[in-house]
Amino acid sequence: MAIENPQPERVNYLNKEYGIGSWLLTTDHKRIALLYLISITFFFFIGGFFALLIRLELLTPAGDLVQADTYNKLFTMHGQVMVFFFLIPSIPAVLGNFLVPMMVGAKDLAFPRINLLSWYIYVIGGTMMLHCMATGGVDTGWTFYTPFSTAFSNTKVIEAGLAIFVAGFSSILTGLNFIVTIHRMRAPGMTWSRLPLFIWAHYATSIIQILGTPVIAITLVLVVAERALHLGIFDPKLGGDPLLFQHLFWFYSHPAVYIMILPSMGVVTEIIACFSRKRIFGYSFVALSSIAIAVFGFLVWAHHMFVAGISVYAALVFSILSYAVAVPSAVKVFNWTATLYKGSIHYDAPMLYAFGFLGLFTIGGLTGLFLAALGVNVHVHDTYFVIAHFHYIMVGGAVMGYLGGMHFWWPKISGKLYPEGWARLAALIVFIGFNLTFFPQFILGYVGMPRRYYQYPPEFQVLNVLSTAGATILGVGYLLPMIYFLWSMRYGKPAPDNPWNAAGLEWKTASPPPTFNFDEEPVVTWEAYNYDELDAPRREEVPVAG
Amino acid sequence: MTEHAEHSKSPLTTYFAVWGALLFGTFLTYEAAKLDLGVFNAAVALIIATTKALLVALFFMHLRHASEKLLKLVVISTLFFLLILLALSMADYGTRAWS
Amino acid sequence: MSWTRLAERRFLLPDSQTAVVHNEAHGGAHNPALLHHFATEEQQRDSANLGMWIFLGTEVMFFGGLFCAYLIYRLKYFGDFGAASKSIDALLGGTNTAVLICSSLTVVLTIWAAQTSRRALMIAMLILTMLFGLVFLGIKGVEYRDKFVEHHVPGASFSFEHVPIPGHPDQYANPQHAQIFFALYFIMTGLHALHMIVGLGIFTWLLWMAWKGRFTPEYHTPLEIGGLYWHFVDIIWIYLFPLLYLIDRHP
Repeated sequence: MAIENPQPERVNYLNKEYGIGSWLLTTDHKRIALLYLISITFFFFIGGFFALLIRLELLTPAGDLVQADTYNKLFTMHGQVMVFFFLIPSIPAVLGNFLVPMMVGAKDLAFPRINLLSWYIYVIGGTMMLHCMATGGVDTGWTFYTPFSTAFSNTKVIEAGLAIFVAGFSSILTGLNFIVTIHRMRAPGMTWSRLPLFIWAHYATSIIQILGTPVIAITLVLVVAERALHLGIFDPKLGGDPLLFQHLFWFYSHPAVYIMILPSMGVVTEIIACFSRKRIFGYSFVALSSIAIAVFGFLVWAHHMFVAGISVYAALVFSILSYAVAVPSAVKVFNWTATLYKGSIHYDAPMLYAFGFLGLFTIGGLTGLFLAALGVNVHVHDTYFVIAHFHYIMVGGAVMGYLGGMHFWWPKISGKLYPEGWARLAALIVFIGFNLTFFPQFILGYVGMPRRYYQYPPEFQVLNVLSTAGATILGVGYLLPMIYFLWSMRYGKPAPDNPWNAAGLEWKTASPPPTFNFDEEPVVTWEAYNYDELDAPRREEVPVAG
Repeated sequence: MTEHAEHSKSPLTTYFAVWGALLFGTFLTYEAAKLDLGVFNAAVALIIATTKALLVALFFMHLRHASEKLLKLVVISTLFFLLILLALSMADYGTRAWS
Repeated sequence: MSWTRLAERRFLLPDSQTAVVHNEAHGGAHNPALLHHFATEEQQRDSANLGMWIFLGTEVMFFGGLFCAYLIYRLKYFGDFGAASKSIDALLGGTNTAVLICSSLTVVLTIWAAQTSRRALMIAMLILTMLFGLVFLGIKGVEYRDKFVEHHVPGASFSFEHVPIPGHPDQYANPQHAQIFFALYFIMTGLHALHMIVGLGIFTWLLWMAWKGRFTPEYHTPLEIGGLYWHFVDIIWIYLFPLLYLIDRHP
């Protein structure tokens, strides 16, 4: 795609004010997005560090790197940090915060001060978590199952629970802000059916954040109270039911995985439309499928509990519902594929990540259906099959989408272009590294290697070594964008307003945007994804026969 | 909301009527608990409580005169998902004895 | 796409007129309370209203987890819960219910007073609301002290021996199961009381703003928003009272 002459440096949200105070007390959603970017990247590396230690330990069948208790802490903290402090905020807090107001044509979110508050709440929760990890950590698994967490664990369960409780409010406030913004702050002419599907995806995500997060909040309160006061709510010795904890925990934690994947689906939709130069096939279906995923996602939580002791009749119900929830996701995959069909495909880095997402999310999603079948679940529950399944979705899906989105919108966010060659190489490295890490884990799980074990029978070693090798490659793939994004801020080419000639209001303003996003309030008179209009001038150059 | 000024009837009448109904409902709940209605004790209590909650939401919280359906949708959606939490959990606990 | 058009018509919002209104509104003086990223006061007020309702939705789910735990254990240990419930004072609980209902009335009267420029009444109703709130907390304190004295507070000194199950005078309640009731009782009413205290804090701030003359018939959004929160706290108690206090009160 031809790049127009870049604009001279204008006053924008980055250079309007300098000084740490102007950043820490900002109410500009774009600056808050960058504050989040720094924080979640930091936690990504912490979670990644724990993953590295796990994979190092699993290079050999014997438990020889760390002790068993330490290993329990490693996988627990890897999970907690990655889920609550990286994945849940990631796209909504970074890309969502930056783009939602711009995409609807507003000057800011509905509640800018609450937006800043949400970041501070996140930082407080994160600091509590860091302190917890530094002073001994937790070993209960990220799932905090009782009565181990409430009565038997000798680690800092209360502190970790409170840290996540605090961080949860950051998520709730972000979701609240998005819903009100999307309802109340759309520019004139921006009707619901003209909204980018990124917005629909974040709307659906926000519904889940609003309704689900409070339940895990109260559950953690109960766990902390039980542990501190020796109550009996979850302790079978005192008349309590451990499964009640699991019901309450998974009521949030299952929809939470949709918090993690829906925004990524929104990103992928934007990328696929842009780099196929086509309207999204079946806009309404994609929009509604986001809402359907949010709603259905709340109906399936006990599929995490099939072998925990729930009644078999309840298991049947939840199994059927789990099959139902896959349908809207499949609808999206079909629509993306149909969009690609007869599109003018461009293989820029964002598109490579989108392609990666398509394949890896599909595999992850299908293996979810394997797990939803009761008979199969009995066989592979708590094995590496489950681990592979959710990493395919969360890493192969969510993180790929996040990286694709960061590349796609980087010129808008920073005003600079990243080096395309390095970006494509990094995307390839990530894809190869990812598959090498996690595909062997499907096999490992199927042949019986349990999760959360630090030693295993010697016949599993080859697959484990492959997995660790892949993890190393994956790590390199993650480091590269960090390096060249930072590099580009100083040495990158200045970006034009719309380097991709993409549709969307955010591309109609400068890169980087001014503090209030638009010089004049936009009035929308065109449909979403009007790539035929955007590309029309070029088409006229080609002589048409007849 | 300023639209109250448009109503011919003063809202005060409504407020005091609702207040009276709420107090009466409380008295009713208290007395009904003393009767032996078997399993219906809980149902009666919850029906009265829900009526009171609806009165507060519709009249005191002005949900009845909300300018658009969005607020009612927020309330109904929230209650729906709360019901899901209660009902599907009970699907487990209620059927454990069957097997 | 016809059904999306239908949805738009149903959920049509006034912001489509903001482009025209915005310039006019900014040309003249506007209420200093209007924040810059909003185009009109109506948009700001509607956003605040929607925001508070959604927040109340999160609070419903927050308490909802406790109601779920309560529901499950009440059905499982009905007799023991009945015995435990009988030991808390339903008259005090009922009085508290009436107190909160009166406080909700004073809240709507506060807003009515703001709408009709009755400053003295507005301030009086605000103070009365807060007094009712304090009375509620005071009665709660009395109840908690009673429970403490009777050793019904869960923990090391909990004791619930030889308490007959209502309707089965020959059976004693299981102390462990009763302890679960009291754990839930304290957590649910304690969380509620905490929300009450936060509500008092909010109303202190509202009182200060009202005293400073910040509210007019056109602008009293903080009162409306604070009022919504207060009514919600009332509604939670409307459910807590029968569920906790009136499980089995047959003579």
